Amino acid sequence: MQELQQILEQALAQFSVIDDEVELERVKARYLGKEGSLTGLLKGLGKLSAEERPAAGARINEVKQQIEDALQTRRDSIQQRALNAKLEAESLDVTLPGRNASTGGLHPVTRTLERIETLFNSIGFAVAEGPEIETDFYNFTALNIPEDHPARAMHDTFYIDDKHVLRTHTSPIQIRYMEAHMEKHRQQETMPDIRIIAPGRVYRVDSDATHSPMFHQVEGLWIGEKVSFADLKGVVQSFLQRFFESDDLQVRFRPSFFPFTEPSAEMDMSWKGGWLEIGGCGMVHPNVLKHVNIDSEKYIGFAFGLGVERLTMLRYGVNDLRLFFENDVQFLKQFS
Amino acid sequence: MKFSESWLRTFVNPALDSDGLAHLLTMAGLEVEERTPVAATFDQVVVAEVLSKEKHPDADRLNVLSVNVGQAEPLTIVCGAQNVTVGMKAPCALVGAKLPGIEIKQAKVRGIASFGMMCSAKELGLAEESSGLMELAADAAIGQSIRAHLDLDDQLLTLKLTPNRTDCLSLHGIARDVAALTGASLSALSASNIAQRCAAKVEVSVAASAACPRYTGRVISGVNAQAATPVWMVRRLERSGLRSISAIVDVTNYVLLELGQPLHAFDLKKLNGAIEVRFARAGEQLKTLNEQMVELQSDMLVIADQQGPVALAGVMGGAESAVDEKTSDIFLESAFFSPSVIVGKSRRLGFGSDSSYRFERGVDFAATQIALDRATQLILDICGGEAGAVTEVIGQLPARAPVQLRVDRIERVLGIRLAAVEVAQILTRLGMVLQRQGDQFEVTPPSYRFDIAIEEDLIEEIARVYGYDRIPAATSQANMTMLPQVEVLRPLARLRRALVTRDYQEAITYAFVEADWERDLCANTNPVTLQNPIASQMSVMRSCLLGGLLAALRTNLARKQPRVRLFEIGGCFTAAGDSYAQQERVAVVAYGSAQAEQWGVSARAVDFYDVKGDIEALFAPRVLTFEAAQHPASHPGRSARIRVDGQAVGWIGELHPQWQHQYDLPLAPVWFEVDQAALTHSPLPNLAEISRLPAVRRDIAVVVDEAQTVQVLIETIRQAQAPNVVDATLFDIYRGKGVEQGRKSLAFRVLLQDTQKTLTDKEIDSNMQLVMSALQKIGATLRS
Repeated sequence: MQELQQILEQALAQFSVIDDEVELERVKARYLGKEGSLTGLLKGLGKLSAEERPAAGARINEVKQQIEDALQTRRDSIQQRALNAKLEAESLDVTLPGRNASTGGLHPVTRTLERIETLFNSIGFAVAEGPEIETDFYNFTALNIPEDHPARAMHDTFYIDDKHVLRTHTSPIQIRYMEAHMEKHRQQETMPDIRIIAPGRVYRVDSDATHSPMFHQVEGLWIGEKVSFADLKGVVQSFLQRFFESDDLQVRFRPSFFPFTEPSAEMDMSWKGGWLEIGGCGMVHPNVLKHVNIDSEKYIGFAFGLGVERLTMLRYGVNDLRLFFENDVQFLKQFS
Repeated sequence: MKFSESWLRTFVNPALDSDGLAHLLTMAGLEVEERTPVAATFDQVVVAEVLSKEKHPDADRLNVLSVNVGQAEPLTIVCGAQNVTVGMKAPCALVGAKLPGIEIKQAKVRGIASFGMMCSAKELGLAEESSGLMELAADAAIGQSIRAHLDLDDQLLTLKLTPNRTDCLSLHGIARDVAALTGASLSALSASNIAQRCAAKVEVSVAASAACPRYTGRVISGVNAQAATPVWMVRRLERSGLRSISAIVDVTNYVLLELGQPLHAFDLKKLNGAIEVRFARAGEQLKTLNEQMVELQSDMLVIADQQGPVALAGVMGGAESAVDEKTSDIFLESAFFSPSVIVGKSRRLGFGSDSSYRFERGVDFAATQIALDRATQLILDICGGEAGAVTEVIGQLPARAPVQLRVDRIERVLGIRLAAVEVAQILTRLGMVLQRQGDQFEVTPPSYRFDIAIEEDLIEEIARVYGYDRIPAATSQANMTMLPQVEVLRPLARLRRALVTRDYQEAITYAFVEADWERDLCANTNPVTLQNPIASQMSVMRSCLLGGLLAALRTNLARKQPRVRLFEIGGCFTAAGDSYAQQERVAVVAYGSAQAEQWGVSARAVDFYDVKGDIEALFAPRVLTFEAAQHPASHPGRSARIRVDGQAVGWIGELHPQWQHQYDLPLAPVWFEVDQAALTHSPLPNLAEISRLPAVRRDIAVVVDEAQTVQVLIETIRQAQAPNVVDATLFDIYRGKGVEQGRKSLAFRVLLQDTQKTLTDKEIDSNMQLVMSALQKIGATLRS
């Protein structure tokens, strides 16, 4: 039995210094293999008496179990170490940039237009569009600006031919939309409300630091049976407060003149201690409604026009209008 | 309209300071565009008289003056001005005075104590440049503050008047509105009773009575045309931006500003006989005061004497009959010309005047003679002379039709309820004549208002006087109706996001472009052209977006951006018969390396297939076909027409080397341009049966001629009538060893699947057999 204890101690000592799995299995054979010393002792059990055999067998098996346990422990340890080494070798510099991360971005004017559309959509205004080359009729006449009216001088107009202009404002979209709306609801006794905004490019013969020959406007129109100047003030004020995310923002309306609205107003908003002109508005002139066969006794409403570049400049701190159309990506990508 | 506040306050003087007055005007629709003080702030500057002048003993250029500033003792002042003379009057800044930029202290100048400073106009901030002391009038009161003497405590107001407020194109008109707004009293116009003292008379006849419903005039004989215009008048004219010319002209300008009535003075001796107001006759000419020879047209109203036109009515007088320094007798005209006759003329002539500006908007036809009398009185006062009798020809003056006004309608339009009494008060203050019947009014506007024709015009007036800011902002109530959501139309916002995700930056370029771009890039030699472009390189409307994007690309290359990827969504324009068509397009241009410069990815320039991948991704799930076709902008061998469902929707290509060279681009950009409508259409999903059985993959490699396109092969596989082939994709192209010259080997992955059963080898083989024989029919051979 002295021998058994020696085998165990020797095995444990040998296992503890082996770092290689193959070597470990080879050494294992010395004890537990066919020719192994422990296997030899087990074989020798037969020589013992029947009385001695159970105790000696139990003793050998106990040592065998201890050796196998030690072996498993060592095997796990070797594997764990190998895995650790592998993981360490495989580690990455997680700070290296990811691949193909670049994306483009929206033009700031588009960003503003999308925001305006979202805000007005949320109170039920649909988006309407119209052509940029307009007829004289839609751009002026239908908007109560007859030929030779001094108000035409307020619009520095690009002419294509005698009858066509580049639209000087988005207001002609009002006319086109009202015509289509009337046609669609011709059979109904009461026409559903018209609630639209009409964004788009407009053109004026004017180019300097504060004027671009092409710029963007958003026209708003609400026609119904009960829409008043007080509603106009409410809608415009709430739009500007939401757009600039400032409930303290003040909006001021002061009398003005547009041929297509009466009463008309200029809208100013409070900005850095002063007032800034932000657009024009008013109650749609009965003559305009008459042009599209809407009964101005039954229906009434308002229209407003806002300068998109102006809103964009104020919102994002752009100080030069010309930047919008230079398309320098260093400028543009800041609005991604 | 520019004028000085103090002048306005001579007509109406409400209890408001300058700020308050400016705010009142702005909030009443008479926007104060600019307000500046007449002079900078300074004090303790008085009128002084130079009593004596001696050379400074130690300085050649300096004088030692003794100056009377109205104090007990004269002051000793050292002065460097060269124009100083004994007896002259000039401003003197006393010790302690604060001038713009300097404070005056008692000082020794080269050893002599100086007790103040004699001032130039520049030193007082009254002029940009000046030489020497500012010389004051000989009768200036010594010791008087210079601010009082020159009326410097005044503000210059510039009103930005809207075209409807013609009634405010005069001091009196503005004052009338201020009186209505504030309730302050308006000084009545002093109606001079001009005594007739000369018998001279000009006969007047009006042939165009509708165009000139009222014409008045009178002779003033024996005037001194060289009389000096009084200082107060010069000052008011100057503060309104008008230069003093001569007393007679100054008076007509003054009354124009004061009352809004344009006047014209003819030199009586230069008129030939009776005058007639008529339309010009064919071939007539007139040299106007601004030395322009005008070819008169038959719709131009003229004042003519027996020899021909002497003035362009309401626009400008003629040079031949103008007053000059030798004039002794004048014929002074004050008339009312109909706006419709004057309107548009200045645009056609290329010049206008303060007169035409007012007449085309409307001049008070009830004040014609008041202005004539006012001007006559001023001329008599300043130039002397004797006035003749007034000649007046009156036709049908404009009628002021009464306008109906309902108190209920006011509430409907404004959203606030006003009492009928309040409405009546406001309208009365505005000079309207009312007939009230309960809550309904019949309102007749005054002669000076040309902008009151309908009920809404009155409602605006009421709101204006009541105060726009007193109308509350309402929280609106409306019927809730959902906006339509057309699912097959992909919102533009989502399309833009898709482009952004594919690494394109949005640009917005001008819709007017260079004609050359249209010719070169779109072969468009007949573009939609502007009649009045802002610049020659912005003279035609684009028919494609590419030119603008290339220009934006060049801008960025000039700023050293190595990689530029831009997109634009916008209108393109073409003539369509009598009208013009606008098509919304989406275009991109990609330039530089395919991917942004980064580690681990070797750089290569973007190519046709990169951009093709982008357009395919944008259209997904719809499948595009590409057909080799030439486009003027593109490399002939790298250009394709894009089709979806057989419909041509756009182009893709690599820029033609010729344009690449011409536009100075080191690398060739790749571009596409497609119709926005095609891109935003996205079909509703319609579920097809899906199979739970796995697909089987078979690879097949075929050898074809170089010219054979992959698209034809894939279509052939798809149309091979093989029942279980569900997809075929190219996964390799091989040229070289084992494939003869001029041919290429293409390897396809073919997927086979059945929804009901697992395919047997036999079924698979028979499918592949069908595919192969279809391919063989178009010249493909199986690669062994």
